[in-house]
Amino acid sequence: MSGGETATAGGPERPPALLEVTGLRTWFDTDQGTARAVDGVTFDVRAGETVGIVGESGCGKTVTSLSVLGLLPTPPARVLDGSSIRFRGEELVGATARRLRAIRGNEISMIFQEPMSSLNPVYPIGDQIGETLRLHRGMSRREARTEAVRLLDEVGIAGAERRVDEYPHELSGGMRQRVMIAMALSCAPDLLIADEPTTALDVTIQAQILELLAALRASRGMAVLLITHDLGVVAEVCDRVVVMYAGQVVERGTVEEIFADPRHPYTRGLLDSLPSVDEPGRRLVPIPGTVPAPTDWPDGCRFRARCPLAEERCGEPQDLVGLGREDRAARCWKAPAVGAGRERP
Amino acid sequence: MTRYVVRRLLGAVPLVLGIATIIFFVVNAAPGDPTLYMMAPGMSSEVVEQLRVNYGLDQPVHVRYVKWVGAMLTGDFGYSFSYNRPVLDVLMDFLPNTLVLSACALGLAFLVGIVLGTIQAVKQYSGLDSALSVVLLFFYSMPSFWLALMLILTFSLMARNVWDWPIYFPASGITSTGHDFMGPWEQVADRARHLVLPTLSLALVLAAGIARYMRGSMLEVIRQDFVRTARAKGLPERTVVFKHALRNALIPVITLVGLYIPVLFSGTVFVEYIFAWPGMGRAIVEAITRRDYPLVMAASFFFATMVVLANLLADVLYAVVDPRIRYE
Amino acid sequence: MVGDPVTAGPRRRVVGGRGLSAVLPGAPQLLAGRWGVGAAALLAWVGFLWLLVARWDRVWAGAGGPWDERLAVATVVLGLAGAWVWSWRDAGQPLAGRAVAVSQWDLAVRAFSRNRTAVAGLIVIGGLYALALVTPLVAPYDPLAQGDLMTERYVGLSAAHPLGTDQFARDVLSRLLYGARISLSIGFVAVAISVTIGTLLGAVAGYLGGLADTVIMRFVDMVISFPRLILLITIIALFQPSIFLITAVLGLTLWPSTARIVRGEVLSLREREFVQAAVALGYSKTRIIFKHLIPNALAPVIVAATLGIGNTIVLEAGLSFLGLGVQPPTPSWGTMVDAGRGVLLDAWWLSTFPGLAIVFTVLSFNLVGDGLRDALDPRLRS
Repeated sequence: MSGGETATAGGPERPPALLEVTGLRTWFDTDQGTARAVDGVTFDVRAGETVGIVGESGCGKTVTSLSVLGLLPTPPARVLDGSSIRFRGEELVGATARRLRAIRGNEISMIFQEPMSSLNPVYPIGDQIGETLRLHRGMSRREARTEAVRLLDEVGIAGAERRVDEYPHELSGGMRQRVMIAMALSCAPDLLIADEPTTALDVTIQAQILELLAALRASRGMAVLLITHDLGVVAEVCDRVVVMYAGQVVERGTVEEIFADPRHPYTRGLLDSLPSVDEPGRRLVPIPGTVPAPTDWPDGCRFRARCPLAEERCGEPQDLVGLGREDRAARCWKAPAVGAGRERP
Repeated sequence: MTRYVVRRLLGAVPLVLGIATIIFFVVNAAPGDPTLYMMAPGMSSEVVEQLRVNYGLDQPVHVRYVKWVGAMLTGDFGYSFSYNRPVLDVLMDFLPNTLVLSACALGLAFLVGIVLGTIQAVKQYSGLDSALSVVLLFFYSMPSFWLALMLILTFSLMARNVWDWPIYFPASGITSTGHDFMGPWEQVADRARHLVLPTLSLALVLAAGIARYMRGSMLEVIRQDFVRTARAKGLPERTVVFKHALRNALIPVITLVGLYIPVLFSGTVFVEYIFAWPGMGRAIVEAITRRDYPLVMAASFFFATMVVLANLLADVLYAVVDPRIRYE
Repeated sequence: MVGDPVTAGPRRRVVGGRGLSAVLPGAPQLLAGRWGVGAAALLAWVGFLWLLVARWDRVWAGAGGPWDERLAVATVVLGLAGAWVWSWRDAGQPLAGRAVAVSQWDLAVRAFSRNRTAVAGLIVIGGLYALALVTPLVAPYDPLAQGDLMTERYVGLSAAHPLGTDQFARDVLSRLLYGARISLSIGFVAVAISVTIGTLLGAVAGYLGGLADTVIMRFVDMVISFPRLILLITIIALFQPSIFLITAVLGLTLWPSTARIVRGEVLSLREREFVQAAVALGYSKTRIIFKHLIPNALAPVIVAATLGIGNTIVLEAGLSFLGLGVQPPTPSWGTMVDAGRGVLLDAWWLSTFPGLAIVFTVLSFNLVGDGLRDALDPRLRS
């Protein structure tokens, strides 16, 4: 019920939350100690919108997305008590394996970074798409095949009737990602989780896939949770953005807010390292250093060692600080004070 | 597909001929000849010489080689001294017994090996995995002839004479003495009972090796992206493992067919010898002790040819299972 | 990563140090957590010392006896001295935080020493070879001495004969110990022969290519197509079986698989920059093969050789079992298993114990081989 109340508090025009992740902590027990890969992550996705999770590799964004569907091997992974993942109000943490399977590929589906290795090399693509339909929709082999052809057509694969019997190795990378999308869309899910869907592709193909995703979202009205390290992609397709660093959310806001008025030094660092068409000739400023190892996050602000604005007080634990609008927040005590614009230290 | 198989078969011909050549020269490099073993006391040297002429042993080596290869190509493997019958007839009596035993052992070995290896991989790091690893390594290190004796001791001798088990297995031959008087179903059951211990002696050692390999292969596959995709579709774990992972993990295991056939045949020599199983392995050991050269040569040649064919079969299977392999 | 200075090994604590190592070599290392080398040194020290004290009369007599007894005495003396000197010097080494340049071999050694079962296998193998060397001092009886055939045949396990006696009233334990010498030395020598031939021919085939490659590899294909046992029994049965013939034939039939491995390695090494550089510098083919190719192709050969010793021991036992190997009365594990074949029910120990000896020996070689494979494969090491 509380989920519904928060949703209404955001404003009457906003649709209710489809996915609510609250205080998610996913840790890994490794030989080197406990890796706190995801360490208290909170965000939500509303019906029909696209939310981007952004961050460098190793910040925990992929683990977050896999945790939603319970796809991490346990052990070594474990989702800690107190974590909550609600899908249409239903708690998924601790849900039975059977219930999770009924949701996967049906109400929430997922596509992955590596289209080259994400398809099973020994089965024709039509079988792999049809498998989902037969599982969740109870279709016969023939119905599933017909539907697979239609889906391949929908994701823009020419000659779908012929392609449906081909094996993954006969397709290019971009085509395989289209097949993955067709597979994910087959049961008309309400939420599509796309984990770096374009990273492994050529730039031109990237644009095509993003366009396809945007078009399908519009025509089907599904929500998309897009995991990426590429702010350019975010700017292009997302409504709202969650910036992650070292297993935590460091900033949340709409795409306009994040790009025009970044409040966390890390977000600003990401933007400064991005070339911009608006300001040709601006020097790109890389963020110094690297993400610390998830086995030993520093106390206090985890970005401190790389932050140009670090002070004594940053050694204390930092909480997300609300910034006016209900969803807007940043994990930095300086955030409320920092004004709009891109003032650099 | 057919063209691929035919081309591979043709490619194997020089290999088989080479093998025949090696056999011929190894056997003929040995000191002494079979007439020494046919000599009865008091036989005159003229008679011995006549025997040598009869068997063509008086001719130079290269002449005999050409004759032997020529005859072999027409299916004539010579005349067995010890059985007084054409070699091919003798071998055709033994071959089916060896094939039945080998096929049962190979089938059981792959079945057990694949199942155990898969279980281990799926339950990696569990107590079951480590326990199986220890047991499998133990069997993997075991000589099949010793395993055969231990199986006889336990499931034949002790079971019948000491523990009075309701079920025990015969320790020699392919049928019981009263076989001819049994009904058809009893005959089948009788043969099956005789097959149990020899098959186990061969299969357990091979299965241990296959399971070790399968575990590694499965562990590699189970970490791959497409397995995650299968889970993300909502498929039950059973389907994920047995449909998506297993078929991929089996691809490298197929090469083991070619690799293990020679090991299997070596094993049949011991097992046939121990269980008095009238097969090629026992025949070759007996032929050697009697210096029955034509039989030795033909039996070795048969074994080697079967290995070549098994390798070919493995390659074809490989191409069938893995769509990425082209026949061209 | 390679070549970076890395702190070597686990941090060692000073426990006892040299004082302790003077009394119990290996103990300081064991206490410092380096249980592999520690246990090896301690076991060698305690074992050989016990031999020296408990079998003092035999050691004394053996020093002037036949060659195998002299070898046994020398093993005891050198083993004691070696364990003591090594432990003393090692305990005096600086203890922690040595920064050293790390080579591939160092990394492999470190990865291997972390693999507990493999290290245990190596210690067992070391123990077996040591036992084989000192057998004349340890064995309770002469392996060929027959007891009273009326009263001492097929005697079961007892204090006088821990593993019973055989059909000629000979002590099974003593024969088992002497049999170890045969099995272990045949295994080692045969594999040494095959590795030498296989490495040379494989390197030549891989590097020269062309006709040499075709001829060698076609021959390899043919030999590999034989069930090895059938080739062996054919050859051995045609000649007179003897230990030398068996060793030679085992060695001469195993090399093709080594040649295949080495050829594969050399084919990929041939294209690498350091070999191209050697060619550009005008080095001779012999020099390139011996100095540049073979040393870099050795890792998989070492693994195959370790596993090959185990295999060869099984094969030798099998040949002896068929009566085509070591001939009676010389004790070997295979003939001993065969001796019990007809009396399984009445004298189960006759076949059982030599078989177990084979299993555990081969098991140790397999453990070490697996450990070496994991340690030598850079992909598995990280």
